[in-house]
Amino acid sequence: MNYLTPASFAEAAACARDASGVTRFLAGGTDVLVQMRADIVTPDTLIDIKHIDGARDITRAADGSWIIGVAAPGAEMKEHPELSKDWPGLVEGMDLIGSTQVQGRATLVGNLCNASPAADSVPAMVAAGVEVSVTGPDGTRREKAENIPTAPGRTSLAAGELISAVHVPARGENGGDAYLRFIPRTEMDIAVVGCGVNLRLDGDVITEARVSLGAVAPTVLLVQDCADAIIGTTLDDAALEKLAAAASAACNPITDKRGTVKFRTHVAGVLAQRTAKIAYGRAKGASK
Amino acid sequence: MSKVHVTTKINGDSTEYLCDPRETLLDVLRDQLNLTGAKEGCGTGDCGACSVELDGRLVCSCLVLGVEAEGKEISTVEGIADGETLHPLQRKFIEHAALQCGVCTPGILVAAKSLLEKNPDPTETEVRYWLAGNLCRCTGYDKIIRAVMDAAAEMREAA
Ligand SMILES: Cc1cc2nc3c(=O)[nH]c(=O)nc-3n(C[C@H](O)[C@H](O)[C@H](O)COP(=O)(O)OP(=O)(O)OC[C@H]3O[C@@H](n4cnc5c(N)ncnc54)[C@H](O)[C@@H]3O)c2cc1C
Ligand code: FES
Ligand code: FES
Repeated sequence: MNYLTPASFAEAAACARDASGVTRFLAGGTDVLVQMRADIVTPDTLIDIKHIDGARDITRAADGSWIIGVAAPGAEMKEHPELSKDWPGLVEGMDLIGSTQVQGRATLVGNLCNASPAADSVPAMVAAGVEVSVTGPDGTRREKAENIPTAPGRTSLAAGELISAVHVPARGENGGDAYLRFIPRTEMDIAVVGCGVNLRLDGDVITEARVSLGAVAPTVLLVQDCADAIIGTTLDDAALEKLAAAASAACNPITDKRGTVKFRTHVAGVLAQRTAKIAYGRAKGASK
Repeated sequence: MSKVHVTTKINGDSTEYLCDPRETLLDVLRDQLNLTGAKEGCGTGDCGACSVELDGRLVCSCLVLGVEAEGKEISTVEGIADGETLHPLQRKFIEHAALQCGVCTPGILVAAKSLLEKNPDPTETEVRYWLAGNLCRCTGYDKIIRAVMDAAAEMREAA
């Protein structure tokens, strides 16, 4: 196996383009090494992106938007006080991944590109309206987070392309986000259902909303019907009921040892309500 | 397959080794460097028996490649005691009988030490969550938590 440590994203893309056989990028390695160990993926070339300048940085631009480096581990996101204040849901979604040890390594982009339907940070990213920069042999383009995973374990990235930055919008006034997952225990498990909500208020009324669901379809879903159910409302009981119905209707889950189709469909509705309430509360409390 | 030459620092000492790029840091520590404190419970990040610090961050050494240690600083359980003098966590683990077979113990000591460096006065809940990735099949956890809380209290007094 070739182990490469490119110094720039352009070089990383070139390494991937020129490599033959099975190629993987290495961020925190918490999926890649597990897959290597289990002989699920045996890379011929491993391209470690942690040596790229700035890849670990978390920075806020003058307009309030954020750039999270592709190699910044969850622990560093959680320890960043301003990021946690602006985007608590995004930070919580990431923080739910694995143990303290896993948090020391795991990244947002690794979670996104591993393309598990149950990936915990992905619904939070999708709800937040996160975009990523994709660098390939022909340059760099922007893509919405929800357009990266296409099926379990598959992404829309072409050969030779990698994600070079994560762009989180400015929090702006009267906004709040939240992520919740349902698991049968309190720690260290895979989501049966995950839900991300991000919304903005004018007074008590919701003016913008994005609602996403994880683990209920082959990819994480952005559910416009859920957003429509609560936009223009004060998240009153009628709106919450419509929200739950829209969430359940969007589900296309499988039955496995963690939950049946019926259970997942029901829990999606309940979780959407709970997550929306938290996001709403944060939007009311947030003055930024 | 050509081996890669790695220069790193382990428990403060400069160390060099040659490793296959597929080899995990855990395998390098145990099989090449004779640092057998870190244990392999699962090899997939679930049990925490292989916990070490990499540039001050708690990680599973089974999920780090040996080649990734180039230019880094690694701390293992072998570096916790000061010569013959045990670290308060080690003493408290013995006092509270917080181990039986001991397979989980090195990982838990490394993890607990890294918690107390960040947070010298954790609540019991904080200790339990921090150590959620360290599995123990013998003790039932309670004695481990008591030992960590007691060591933390002693270290605060001494500070
Ligand atoms: C014990 C344990 C518990 C876990 N618990 C959870 C959990 O609760 N929830 C959850 O969602 N996940 C969980 N995971 C899975 C994993 O930790 C996450 O998916 C993590 O976010 C992966 O990030 P990473 O940086 O380690 O990715 P890596 O393993 O480095 O990479 C993952 C994939 O992304 C690709 N990739 C990485 N960076 C890029 C890039 N810049 N551009 C293009 N492709 C890239 C890699 O080639 C690889 O295919 C767990 C894993 C372990 C070992
Ligand atoms: S051996 Fe590394 S976590 Fe179990
Ligand atoms: S003492 Fe045996 S596993 Fe913990």
